[in-house]
Amino acid sequence: MTAATSRRPRRQTAAGVRGLFRDQPVIPLLGLLAILVVVIEVVDPGIVSIDWAGVIIKGSVPLAILAGCQTIAMLTGGIDLSVGAVASMTGFVTATMIHSPGGEVQGIVIALVAASLAGFVSGVGVGVFRVHPLIMTLGMNFVVLGLANVWQLQNVQTGAGVPANLRTLGSGAFVEVLPYSLVVFVPVMALILVGLKRTGYGRLLYAIGDNPVAARLSGARSWQVLIVLYVISGLLAGIAGLILSGYANTASVSLADSSVLPSIAAAVIGGTSIMGGRGGYAGSIVGAVILTVLAALLTILGLPEPTRQIVFGSIIVVMAAAYTRVTAES
Amino acid sequence: MTPNPPDQLLLATGISKTYGAVVALRNASLGVRPGEVHALLGANGAGKSTLVKILTGAVHPDGGTIAVRGRERTVHSPAEARRGGLVSVYQEPSLIPDLDIRANLRITNTPVESFRHWVSELGLPDLDLTSLARRLPLASLRVIDLARALANEPDVLMLDEMTAALPANLTERVLEVVGRRKGGDSSVIFISHRMIEIAELCDRATVLREGETVGVVDVTAGSDKRIVDLMLGPMAAEIPAAAERPAAAPRPADAQPRLSARGVSDGRRLHEVSFDLHPGEVLGVVALEGQGQDELFDILAGSSRPATGSLVVDGTPVAFRHPADAIQAGVVYVPADRAEALMMQRSVRENIALPFVAGVRHWAMLNMGAERKTVDEAVATLQIDARAGNEVRRLSGGNQQKVTIARWVATGVRTLLCFDPTRGIDIRTKQQIYVLLRELAQGGAAVLLYTSELKEVQLVCDRAIVIFGGRIVAQVAGADADEPSLLRAAYNLAPDEVIPELAVAFANPDGAPGSADTAAAGADPDGPGGGAPRAGDAPTGEQSEDPA
Repeated sequence: MTAATSRRPRRQTAAGVRGLFRDQPVIPLLGLLAILVVVIEVVDPGIVSIDWAGVIIKGSVPLAILAGCQTIAMLTGGIDLSVGAVASMTGFVTATMIHSPGGEVQGIVIALVAASLAGFVSGVGVGVFRVHPLIMTLGMNFVVLGLANVWQLQNVQTGAGVPANLRTLGSGAFVEVLPYSLVVFVPVMALILVGLKRTGYGRLLYAIGDNPVAARLSGARSWQVLIVLYVISGLLAGIAGLILSGYANTASVSLADSSVLPSIAAAVIGGTSIMGGRGGYAGSIVGAVILTVLAALLTILGLPEPTRQIVFGSIIVVMAAAYTRVTAES
Repeated sequence: MTPNPPDQLLLATGISKTYGAVVALRNASLGVRPGEVHALLGANGAGKSTLVKILTGAVHPDGGTIAVRGRERTVHSPAEARRGGLVSVYQEPSLIPDLDIRANLRITNTPVESFRHWVSELGLPDLDLTSLARRLPLASLRVIDLARALANEPDVLMLDEMTAALPANLTERVLEVVGRRKGGDSSVIFISHRMIEIAELCDRATVLREGETVGVVDVTAGSDKRIVDLMLGPMAAEIPAAAERPAAAPRPADAQPRLSARGVSDGRRLHEVSFDLHPGEVLGVVALEGQGQDELFDILAGSSRPATGSLVVDGTPVAFRHPADAIQAGVVYVPADRAEALMMQRSVRENIALPFVAGVRHWAMLNMGAERKTVDEAVATLQIDARAGNEVRRLSGGNQQKVTIARWVATGVRTLLCFDPTRGIDIRTKQQIYVLLRELAQGGAAVLLYTSELKEVQLVCDRAIVIFGGRIVAQVAGADADEPSLLRAAYNLAPDEVIPELAVAFANPDGAPGSADTAAAGADPDGPGGGAPRAGDAPTGEQSEDPA
């Protein structure tokens, strides 16, 4: 008993830290972000500035939106691997339609409708036909990629390119400081945050992820929830794709491919459980920023690409393991 | 007996464990002698399950010591505990659902021959080892868990609510097999809420209250009262008396039933079941395990569709295609398995409010104030201890059960289907649930209650239907629904026939007496059946503590 008594303070502190990670992962994550920023300043003194912050935000926004897709899908125990092809597709379709009668607006509308449609098909597959989300969205990724390639062959136009407005949206900044992409991101962020915490629909995402049987017995029809979920995810991926093409000033059918796994990583780092029922979007946003800063740091360090990949992968695994520990039952 | 038996086979002292703000154990101790069946008792949340989990290494204590045969040891995992001779059968089946029984045995290195022996001793001689665990009924899974534990020849076998989900015939076999282990080299720790089983089976009892050991009692005739006093502690005075049933109000002959089943069959287990459930009544459903009651409740709750037959709610024929349809019609369902009903990682509040948000109409912004008010009222009505309410999995079993009911009570219930709502929870919570069901009925609700504890029928139900082989074989008025007559009806026996298992138990001089239920069915509890000396293999004088 004496041993137990003397151990108590440390145990309580440990329990407090675990509780913080479990219930409010954003706070320790912001601490982690701050540490990374300090490290980057130490490695390259003078780099951290308002301008640098703007660069980081511009880079983070498309990733954070894609992480939103993963967050809402993961809360239900799902995942959306089609975001890569869908996001690339919207940027690409918009770029090819720059000279169409309706101009870039027509292109954007068509692209986003197509993105939602892809999400709808995924949702029907997952919700109605009970295909595992991993398989369904992986398949959808290839279908969308193939269709984008068909579109490319059918619509060879001269003068196709990323519309100037999208370039401004993706890479411009108000008085060279505040990135314009926040105009899109802030409302998207608010909608997801409020939607998850304060709406009946958000509750059902958690419910289906935690216990689909309980949700069913309480009268929830999960197919409805899942179809809407993947439509939202497709639409968000489409929006992210538009911003990404503006940011990179490129439109290609594989532009966003390299963002898919980071978007999952951002959600995992942010504390959303891939098993469903636990997590939130605030953590995913911080996760996306952390990944962007980390990529910048690795670039500054001049590490070769394989080393960067190893570091990147290790961090994701360590974070996932840490969350498993703090959220375990005993 | 070992030549020089240690005084205590297992000795745990000063065990403590906290989960966040909740103290599960503060100073628990437990000493088990070789060859005894030792009861571990306590009200809901007293810490029994936590103590067993600590003893078997599934949970690590914050403090305290555990000694086995006089040697102190730290148990790091259930596998290590099993090698050390400490084996537990938990409340929830611990078989892997997608593996067959043989593969499940292999995982724990259980000898198959020995397992076969025990499983047939326990009343399942025809068990097919190639069947998947998920396809077997809960009662069979529990028996398999026990047989697997026995086949590992444990020094200390811990049984947590072993009989809770079992029908009377299997309960009796379990008690008999466990009783036979008395006086040997090994011991059994027995957790049960059924006092009569304790009296029947156990030598001594350790009583926990609020995480502390408050007494160790020799189980003798009349020790029940002392045990209950210890369990309840100073709160005993506050406990409401058993629900008082008002004189059955005469029902007008033309009164419309709330829910009518007409010739309902599921095509396999359930055949031509018809009954009426009226507003203001609690209708009991009595059946042995697997007589079609699961299928009946699934159909009534909208989880599956009847093969033939029809349902009428408030005079309107209905065809439920989804639980949502049943809920829409005012028919709500509390399943037996809390793991089916609850979102374990979510808060009490979200769990209670889940049905409010289920329909598409309620997907928009929540009215958090109104929701909080409704939920708080439900929490107060059911006296839920929601201190660990951020995550329902941190609540005790009884409080979890209350949350599953609160979900429906919160918005006013018209027709409530309850499937074994008091399984594995303590007496005090049971009382609260009985009172609640009576109050709901008095308030005009119609309640259909399946229970595996026969004495609940007389306490709570206005009348009961008995299902056997998928058909309704009897209807009993609540006042006449004593355990013996219900048990006879459940076995589909004429009133004066002797129940077969009981006859075997009585005829066998070495056998343990029957279970509580069946002993009572023997008409004279003090007769030769109830007080039969327990087995010639108990030479150590425990007979002096026999309840007779």
